[in-house]
Amino acid sequence: MISDSPKIGLFIPCYVDQFYPQVGVASLELLEKLGCKVSYPMGQTCCGQPLANSGYERDTAGATRHFIELFKDFDYVVAPSGSCVLHVKEHVPAIPGLENEQAKLHHKVFELTEFITDVLKVEKIEGKFPHRVGFHSSCHGQRGLRLSSSSELNQNPFNKAKKLLENLEGLEWVELSRTDECCGFGGTFSVTEEALSVRMGKDRLEDHAQHQTEILTGGDMSCIMHLQGIATRNKQPLKFLHIAEILNQAIS
Amino acid sequence: MSSREAILSAIRGIKLEPKPLPEIPEFGIQGEIEATFVQSILGNKGEVLSQAEFETWLTASNHPKLISRSTHFSDLSTISLPEDPHQLNDLDLAILDGQFGVAENGAIWLEDADLGLRVVPFIAEHLVIVLNKKNLVATMHQGYERIGSATSGFGVFIAGPSKTADIEQSLVVGAHGAKSLRVVLI
Amino acid sequence: MSHPENASEFLKDQAQAKWHDETLWFVRDKRDRISKTIPEWEDLRNLASQIKDNVLANLGPYLEQFEENAKKNGVQIHWAKDGEEHNRIVLDILKRHDCQAIVKSKSILTEECHLNPFLEKNGIDVVDTDLGERIVQLLHQPPSHIVLPAIHLKKGEISELFHEKLHTEKGNEDPAYLTQAARLHLREKFLGAKVALTGVNFGIAETGEFVVCTNEGNADMGVHLADVHVACMGIEKILPRRKDLGIFLRLLARSATGQPVTNYNSHFRSPAPGRELHIILVDNGRTAQLAREKFKNSLKCIRCGACMNTCPIYRRSGGFSYGSTVPGPIGSILSPGLDMKKHSTLPFASTLCGSCSDVCPVKINIHEQLYEWRQEITKAHGELGKGLSMWIAAGIFKSPLAYKISGSLMRKALKTLPDSLIYHPMNAWGKSRDLPEAPKESFQQWYQKNRS
Repeated sequence: MISDSPKIGLFIPCYVDQFYPQVGVASLELLEKLGCKVSYPMGQTCCGQPLANSGYERDTAGATRHFIELFKDFDYVVAPSGSCVLHVKEHVPAIPGLENEQAKLHHKVFELTEFITDVLKVEKIEGKFPHRVGFHSSCHGQRGLRLSSSSELNQNPFNKAKKLLENLEGLEWVELSRTDECCGFGGTFSVTEEALSVRMGKDRLEDHAQHQTEILTGGDMSCIMHLQGIATRNKQPLKFLHIAEILNQAIS
Repeated sequence: MSSREAILSAIRGIKLEPKPLPEIPEFGIQGEIEATFVQSILGNKGEVLSQAEFETWLTASNHPKLISRSTHFSDLSTISLPEDPHQLNDLDLAILDGQFGVAENGAIWLEDADLGLRVVPFIAEHLVIVLNKKNLVATMHQGYERIGSATSGFGVFIAGPSKTADIEQSLVVGAHGAKSLRVVLI
Repeated sequence: MSHPENASEFLKDQAQAKWHDETLWFVRDKRDRISKTIPEWEDLRNLASQIKDNVLANLGPYLEQFEENAKKNGVQIHWAKDGEEHNRIVLDILKRHDCQAIVKSKSILTEECHLNPFLEKNGIDVVDTDLGERIVQLLHQPPSHIVLPAIHLKKGEISELFHEKLHTEKGNEDPAYLTQAARLHLREKFLGAKVALTGVNFGIAETGEFVVCTNEGNADMGVHLADVHVACMGIEKILPRRKDLGIFLRLLARSATGQPVTNYNSHFRSPAPGRELHIILVDNGRTAQLAREKFKNSLKCIRCGACMNTCPIYRRSGGFSYGSTVPGPIGSILSPGLDMKKHSTLPFASTLCGSCSDVCPVKINIHEQLYEWRQEITKAHGELGKGLSMWIAAGIFKSPLAYKISGSLMRKALKTLPDSLIYHPMNAWGKSRDLPEAPKESFQQWYQKNRS
């Protein structure tokens, strides 16, 4: 736990704000339960990731400047999304006049689970969640932020989300056939390559179904929105929760 | 300007940051060298025989056209090495000495002097390579140390019989080259 | 045709697409397993990457050293600026030897130069001798994968093809039987060719030798029977030292097919007595790529194909969907450098999942280069429609107020718009996916109400 109670800014991705407010609430409550002083600076906008990944990084200067100005005075910035965190760290244009703030901010932005394991140094979370949980590793979290080991590399296996979930009483962790294959969301890829995107999503869902996943969770609602969209359309009886929602429910 | 000059001057015109050439550390293997080598050859769909096993096999099999360049089995040849490699098209068996074998992958090094004609180990229907147990090394790194600055016009690492998996990823032994590889460890 | 169109076409045959995905996943899985038996695997990747960095930083001097040593060994060296010059050099050599038929082992470079159609137009009979390549050649198709050229075909199709062309039994689909038939068919070709052509996996500056790796032995069968061996080599294939091969041969086959090493790793230093050995050093866009700071690392590629096997897009859309000589992730960063307009959709045929970069034995940052190519392509070819809507979106992101309004409008729209509009065929999201249910308030609204 951090001793001198640093100021933590909650960075809520735009689609979470608009479509999944409960994930924002869960993230906020979870951090508070873990003893953090968290505030949510008003006036947050999209970080610009859809534009940058579509080849228009140069047009995200406005969004980037806005982000830096909103968050520069926080000690840490935490977001329930590996993908948006990767974007604001790696894929933003340099903002003239804010170079120092930008450089400092780079080291202060964390995805929620890595903030809990690496900054708060939480070794395990006590709580109860008696369900069979399948975890979807978002690629930007996994291979971008290295939140878990990747199956391609010869390294000791680790998974920051699993570390937080595995001690919850009653939780059964689902081992998948393909532990870290992409779900096919990929931002604008989901519409520009619609057929592939949906095929990839179906394949991921099949893997979860074959291993009797009851609740599919992950660190990125964008992947989950895509998977849930397919599952709902096909009336697959699968529940979807962000990892913040599971941890927040489990602790209470 | 010649194309050579055009290419080289195009490269010279590019500002390239210097990058050091790394030294290669000594990497070994975990297991015992001979056992690992045998496993590797088996994995590559070859066989490993002792001298006695080889002699039994040879007596029991029929190879009308046989060339042996092995110093251990020098009197087995039934034909002499032709001048024209095309005449080896119906060669049934070639027996060659390998210079050394690599445990991690079963690769065996042979040079011009071991082959007689370069086509021999490829065109023969079946191939036997004789290898002294003393000449086994752990990895390719030690292999290239052994080769050093040798100046043979041709050298080859052979690791198994010719194979392909180009039809539906089904492994088939005997694509174009030798249909079998027997390694005699002496 | 763009990649998305080709991909949805490929996916129409669902059973075939699933089979393709699973077959390549099997290869990737083999690669994963064997790489984990080498404790120093990640060190090897680092070393290979550093050696290639050094090669690219000193490419000119290494090429000159390679040329000098190869000439000392009795090898004839040619230089070709582009594919056309490369093809002409090959044809000249063939003419000089009055050669009408050649055998050829796998060389992606000659595919890139479109050598086969050029030679055929000039009356030369070209026979690809790698089994997979021969199969696609008989079908008048290009390879769909750089290591597994016929991976898109089922044995039934190959059986039919061989029945027609090689007179095998009708309906016999046994891979061993079909391979044996190809062996006999190609043996004749090997025996009849005066000139044999190969690619080059590695060229060694300090010795002037080069290395060709095959499993079938087809390169060796060709060149050791022919009078003349022509080796076609991209200028980036150089390695400084012979001992560097230790690193690269340990990585290549394990990455490519999950084998510990290729069966035949032939080191050509000088021609056999009375024979000729030629090396054609080809640029064809490589120096231009070297000059692109963000993309030059793509030249480190050793053509193992691991990025194709791991790519969730490649596995589900097939090699032909890319419409480029080198398909898959590595192709998508190489091809725009050759023709940006033609290949403009390729860098977008990715979710930027990063698996390609983690699997790459020489650690090319493939997915980061895909991202960078997207930035270049929108600058060069930004079509008005997309550019415009994105520009408007950029305006929205900049203004918190506008964002808030459009967000609540959207939530309202989701509740009030008829399903038929949301799930209109034009709506790519809604075609096979539901949209999330619209919550009654946004997180910002909740926070304002409950926490401020």
